[in-house]
Amino acid sequence: MEFRFFYHFGNYLLMLKGMFSRPENMKMYWKQFMQQCVDIGVGSFGIVFIISLFMGGVTTLQTAYQLVNPIIPKSTIAQVVRDTIILEFAPTLTSIVLAGVVGSKIASELGNMRVSEQIDALEIMGINTKGYLILPKILAAVLMIPVLVMIAGFLGVWGGKEAGVLSGIISPDEFLQGLRQDFRAYNVFFALAKSYTFGFIISSVSAYYGYNVRGGALEIGKASTTAVVVSCVLVLFMDYALTAILL
Amino acid sequence: MIELQDIKKGFGDKEILKGVSAVMESGKVNLIIGASGSGKTVMMKCIVGLIEVDAGKILYDGKDFTTMDTHERKAIRQEIGMLFQGSALFDSMTVEQNVMFPLDMFGTGSYRDKKKRVAECLERVNLKDAARKYPAEISGGMKKRVGIARAIVLNPKYLFCDEPNSGLDPQTSLLIDQLIKELTVEYNITTVMNTHDMNTVMESGDHIVYMYQGQKQWEGSNKEIVFSNDQLLNDFIFASEFLREAKEMRQHELFSSGKWKEDLKNKGGNESGDDKK
Repeated sequence: MEFRFFYHFGNYLLMLKGMFSRPENMKMYWKQFMQQCVDIGVGSFGIVFIISLFMGGVTTLQTAYQLVNPIIPKSTIAQVVRDTIILEFAPTLTSIVLAGVVGSKIASELGNMRVSEQIDALEIMGINTKGYLILPKILAAVLMIPVLVMIAGFLGVWGGKEAGVLSGIISPDEFLQGLRQDFRAYNVFFALAKSYTFGFIISSVSAYYGYNVRGGALEIGKASTTAVVVSCVLVLFMDYALTAILL
Repeated sequence: MIELQDIKKGFGDKEILKGVSAVMESGKVNLIIGASGSGKTVMMKCIVGLIEVDAGKILYDGKDFTTMDTHERKAIRQEIGMLFQGSALFDSMTVEQNVMFPLDMFGTGSYRDKKKRVAECLERVNLKDAARKYPAEISGGMKKRVGIARAIVLNPKYLFCDEPNSGLDPQTSLLIDQLIKELTVEYNITTVMNTHDMNTVMESGDHIVYMYQGQKQWEGSNKEIVFSNDQLLNDFIFASEFLREAKEMRQHELFSSGKWKEDLKNKGGNESGDDKK
């Protein structure tokens, strides 16, 4: 087990190193990068929209349920919702979902290309396949996942407000007042630092498992599952590590 | 010309290639034949550099591929076209985009020039009407032809075909063979083909390397093969009664035309049909 960890970790580092070489054609690499941005960003927007809204709504309802003391102002609900969403839910929960959506897509796409010899075909043409196939995916994920996390943050807070207002727990004015109370911009920086890290983990780990698939359709499925599981575990581990370091 | 000098390759304890030496000649269809597990696919992958050899040299027009750095290898690879067993077409691209891909990546001309070149290649493989179709919408034979068009679009010096006839009906298989042979002569390409197809062996095999258990067992042309006394080769090639009869007929045909003597003389062989190893 120990040796397998070092084997995979070593290969993973070699894969990352292998991505950096002079592009054969910058225009084609740029095209690939933009395509990945669309796939990861636009392709995942729907699921991020849905989970963020409900995540915010549920946070508001649960916070209100726990704040039974009449001395605590209702605007505190908004404050708790805001900080919970910015600090944890938007970056971590969104990244866990994206590990499933984006991670499995990257792993299965590369796995399928490997099994159907498309990667070999690119190699034969003299293309650095790690640079052409993996690097644009990682760069796109590192760019788009923080954007999705920001959107998730806004939507989560908005969903929280709507849930609070619709259920009569809090008025819109009280909610807005709570949002402005004791706001710390550092929390946004913290959320972004986490999302950049998670974006890198999700894309690079999934690419590693997809790129190194050997076998057939069954192995592609296995690689995709492993990629998602390992990405999720690493996201949670890094979540703890970054929280311990940065907060 | 590609020259293999004593190449060896193993995976773990298992030795797959046990010191193979052979020459793949320019302007000819060079076949690597052998039973499943004889090492022919590994050998082809070693030649194109998809698998690194453990020992030996692979010379592309005298330049040793095994000792080249990444930059030098890239340059050689841009002179290589390869047709894969499963065609290896990019699923998300149309037939036209698949063929244009190498031009987009390495070509220097305008979009119009590239489009013209793609049209030429697709016309050459009789697929002009399928330009806008996706790989999932075309047949296996058409996929192979798209693969050939993509392989020749950059005017390669070397063409590799990994079992180009697998999964095709005999008629389509024949068309693919004819196409590869014509292209080899037309562009003076060094074609290396890995096949199980006996029809290909007899019709296209200008130069044949027969692999047996990781070693070169026999080497010669499709005319010499019918006179070979090599038992292993005969058991492999002329496995059925029908093929044995066909062999006798071909022997008779070549004997009466006297063609085999000329061929052997040109190659410096003798009339007794002694085999070259």
